[in-house]
Amino acid sequence: MSGTVTKVSGPLVVATGMADANISDVVRVGKQRLIGEILNMTGDSASIQVYEETSGLGPGAEVETTGMPMSVELGPGMLDNIYDGIQRPLPEIKSLAGDTITRGVDVPALNREKKWEFTPVAKEGDKVVAGDVLGTVQETSTILHKIMVPNGVSGTVKSITAGTFTVVETVAVVEDEAGASHELTMMQKWPVRVARPYVQKYNPSRPMNSGQRIIDTMFPIAKGGTAAIPGPFGSGKTVVQHQLAKWSDVDIVVYIGCGERGNEMTDVLMEFPELKDPRNGEPLMKRTVLIANTSDMPVAAREASIYTGITIAEYFRDMGYDVAILADSTSRWAEALREMSGRLEEMPGEEGYPAYLASRIAQFYERAGVVQCLGSDDRQGSVTAIGAVSPPGGDISEPVSQATMRIVKVFWSLDSSLAYARHFPAINWLTSYSLYLDTLRPWYTTEFGQEYMENREKAMHILQEESELNEIVRLVGIDALSPSDRLTMETAKSLREDFLQQNAFSDDDAYSSYGKQFKLLDLILRYDTYCRDALDRGADMKAMFAIDAREEVGRAKVADPEKYAEIYNEIDIKMKEQIEKVVEESAEE
Amino acid sequence: MIKEYKTIKEIASPLMIVDNVSGVTYDELAELELPNGEVRRCKVLEVEGDKAVVQLFESAQGINLAQSKVRFLGHPLELAVSEDMLGRVFNGMGAPIDGGPEILADAHMDINGLPMNPAARAYPAEFIQTGVSAIDGLNTLVRGQKLPIFSGSGLPHAALAAQIARQAKVLGDNEKFAVVFAAVGITFEESEYFINSFRETGAIDRTVIFSNLANDPAVERISTPRMALTAAEYLAFEKDMQVLVIITDITNYAEALREVSAAKKEVPGRRGYPGYMYTDLATMYERAGRRQGKNGSITMIPILSMPEDDKTHPIPDLTGYITEGQIILSRELHRKGIVPPVDVLPSLSRLKDKGTGEGKTREDHAPTMNQLFAAYSRGKDAKELMTILGEAALSDDDKLFAKFADEFEQRYVSQGNETDRSIFETLDLGWDLLRILPRTELKRIKPEMIAKYMDGQDAAKAE
Repeated sequence: MSGTVTKVSGPLVVATGMADANISDVVRVGKQRLIGEILNMTGDSASIQVYEETSGLGPGAEVETTGMPMSVELGPGMLDNIYDGIQRPLPEIKSLAGDTITRGVDVPALNREKKWEFTPVAKEGDKVVAGDVLGTVQETSTILHKIMVPNGVSGTVKSITAGTFTVVETVAVVEDEAGASHELTMMQKWPVRVARPYVQKYNPSRPMNSGQRIIDTMFPIAKGGTAAIPGPFGSGKTVVQHQLAKWSDVDIVVYIGCGERGNEMTDVLMEFPELKDPRNGEPLMKRTVLIANTSDMPVAAREASIYTGITIAEYFRDMGYDVAILADSTSRWAEALREMSGRLEEMPGEEGYPAYLASRIAQFYERAGVVQCLGSDDRQGSVTAIGAVSPPGGDISEPVSQATMRIVKVFWSLDSSLAYARHFPAINWLTSYSLYLDTLRPWYTTEFGQEYMENREKAMHILQEESELNEIVRLVGIDALSPSDRLTMETAKSLREDFLQQNAFSDDDAYSSYGKQFKLLDLILRYDTYCRDALDRGADMKAMFAIDAREEVGRAKVADPEKYAEIYNEIDIKMKEQIEKVVEESAEE
Repeated sequence: MIKEYKTIKEIASPLMIVDNVSGVTYDELAELELPNGEVRRCKVLEVEGDKAVVQLFESAQGINLAQSKVRFLGHPLELAVSEDMLGRVFNGMGAPIDGGPEILADAHMDINGLPMNPAARAYPAEFIQTGVSAIDGLNTLVRGQKLPIFSGSGLPHAALAAQIARQAKVLGDNEKFAVVFAAVGITFEESEYFINSFRETGAIDRTVIFSNLANDPAVERISTPRMALTAAEYLAFEKDMQVLVIITDITNYAEALREVSAAKKEVPGRRGYPGYMYTDLATMYERAGRRQGKNGSITMIPILSMPEDDKTHPIPDLTGYITEGQIILSRELHRKGIVPPVDVLPSLSRLKDKGTGEGKTREDHAPTMNQLFAAYSRGKDAKELMTILGEAALSDDDKLFAKFADEFEQRYVSQGNETDRSIFETLDLGWDLLRILPRTELKRIKPEMIAKYMDGQDAAKAE
């Protein structure tokens, strides 16, 4: 069944004779068999968004529906791979079409030739339901890929075979109650715009460790939570996203480069295989799926890339893994929505964005969460969604930022003035927030004692006070402050420079364990406590600010990750001695 | 067999509607022949049934609806490319205007190019020495980068761009180098400034110029940068050259884009610019880069003047989100007589970390860069405080920082348009300036490095 093109306007194509097609079906357009998706239908005419450049397409060209909605292929072979927005593997496009992405390239998402070693878990005669693990494949050195019974299938395992198979060969046969047998392969398909099912959703309760001090200690995110990173250009959004992708203690990372720079994706591609996971020493790429739809690639595929990414994330979640999905940037995705909406001549909402912008953003973030997966073994998995937002001019009053802020629970607000001062990560500690503090408090208390959160609050309080004192300093000068306020300013400076600042490009500083973060913050706050005590005993303020140990505090963040505790103890002792000395000397004078 | 249509139904410059067409495709190139034989070019923006919406590249003046003829050529706008383009001048549509012969085409390339496969890109990592300290030392340019200059009316961006084009080299390298220069809607004088600067240094023989001046048709400006980039792609990836592309002024390009969008009655985005401007600019900027297995590279320096010096205006804003950093010129520094007036704090090169360090520049590059930035930022804050409260209100350290900020502007940034500093001179100058500050404040540099470079220098001087 095929229709005929009547109108072409950029990525929007209208075709008639499409009465048999369904909304959201994937279609092939023209001789080059460009990939498209049906957005609207009026009578037998369909409005189609085409995922490739439509140059050279005209009325009369043939349109063929595949009868299937936009789907991804799920199975072994996704990790360590890089896809475009509609799950076409870019390395294979390269070997077929060269350095540029030519049109109509048709490559399956999962390699059809590659053989995987399948180890059955289920046995013949077992009763299985959707989500049950049939067997496993060691996909990469770190990840055991669980082959699950696809949704909608249940019954008795008639046969299951160990051995090496491609993703399209049958590994098991399941007979359902009606007596029909289902031949199951290691691959399943899932429509991207539909969330994958689960048994039940839970409230997040464990933090996601990112190794970033301002995140883990100040504004933590929970596994299964949602966060947004808004910021103007040059404020380091991408570096923060890369840091999260590198160091987060999740099993799988899905990184979506959505309408961003080509070189940044190349950077990830070249760097991740070199980087070692701090937890097991394996290359980080072995746990990563990359989706790259750079800004010069077709805009319609950019719209799809977000859904492709989250569907893949949900699939790994269903295996019982903790997954993080990083989308850089959701603003580009929203712009793709706006562009298609404009071409469909829909009535625009705010700033030309379609009226359904907020609901689409909410739907995306709502696919995150901690769930009990389908299957009879009660396993839990989580998807943590972190999206970058690129507000025009850094002004977060625009629709995408606002719609995002309404739904996410953590907000890491990037600030260009911090970036100019080379304070990185340029996350502003006064405007950022995390609504997971209360839910995560028990975890921190169990692991490190009550001190962890108490220290955090103390530090936040000092930083808050600093911003107020800064106003006074600006009016009347720093000498007008009382010694105790001067100390607050000094401690705040130390908190900013020695704790919050973290160099992503320094080997010793890029990742900071919870223990190290806790001890480092404690060390800085101890300085404050000692000084306050000494001030009461009449110590000279300036002399205390100038003690030698402070230089060591300044370098404490790059301390050896194995030996930090001893080093910090030594600094602590020195600090205490030197302050005592100042007290004595002040008393003598 | 190419059909001719005499069915022009409507012209509302720059758009034209042609009726009763068949076999016309999207983005196809067409020719419009006037009754007097004059031929103007145009391209298809939309086809619906037998009706085509066509965009004119030139003015609509003198077109007669009844007697003019339209021919659809069956291919998109193409550029004839060959190595002979070097040293030649073309108009915004790629036709030679220097009186020389037509180019004997080695190939015809679609000016829209194709998106580069991220898996086929090679990451830019080779340091380009521009000889300008504010760029080399603090906002390092690397091969394959796109680094725009954000300027304003009346600021000397042309002088800086010409200086970069003149001085840019890769350390210890003698590869084939070419400049592609696209003048987009600028004045004759500004264009002459560049051409003379290329001529004086002899660079003109390895330069390709595409010139759309202020009095040329505005719609043509949409094609001009793409022509230039197509030529650059050919030279870089077919002929293994290191190509530097300078496009000036992107603001004029964006305005032409807005003009066409308004004529098409599209829903406008911010400030009347079309909603797809980000994507449109990206398809241009992203053509810079390197490819695996290819020797050549495209490094791009687009220049744009920010309306009212406002960095949040859609043109600089969207550009900043696509390019790998930006060099910002400051009116305040310009007034102070700093040449070039590069405002280093908001300027940024995102790729600097890959192009600096041992084996590329020197091991002390990154730490001194961070220290200089931080110190200058603090020095500027101190100076601000000083203007409100007087010098007495500053702490001793802050006084030193204020002094540092002044010296930094005078000695480091202000080097003049003729000085060509090597990266080592730039780095040593940085150490020299850091000596103004108390040693305890140099937190961003490892003590061993301070000992090696600062004390090492001192020791060398003492001898």
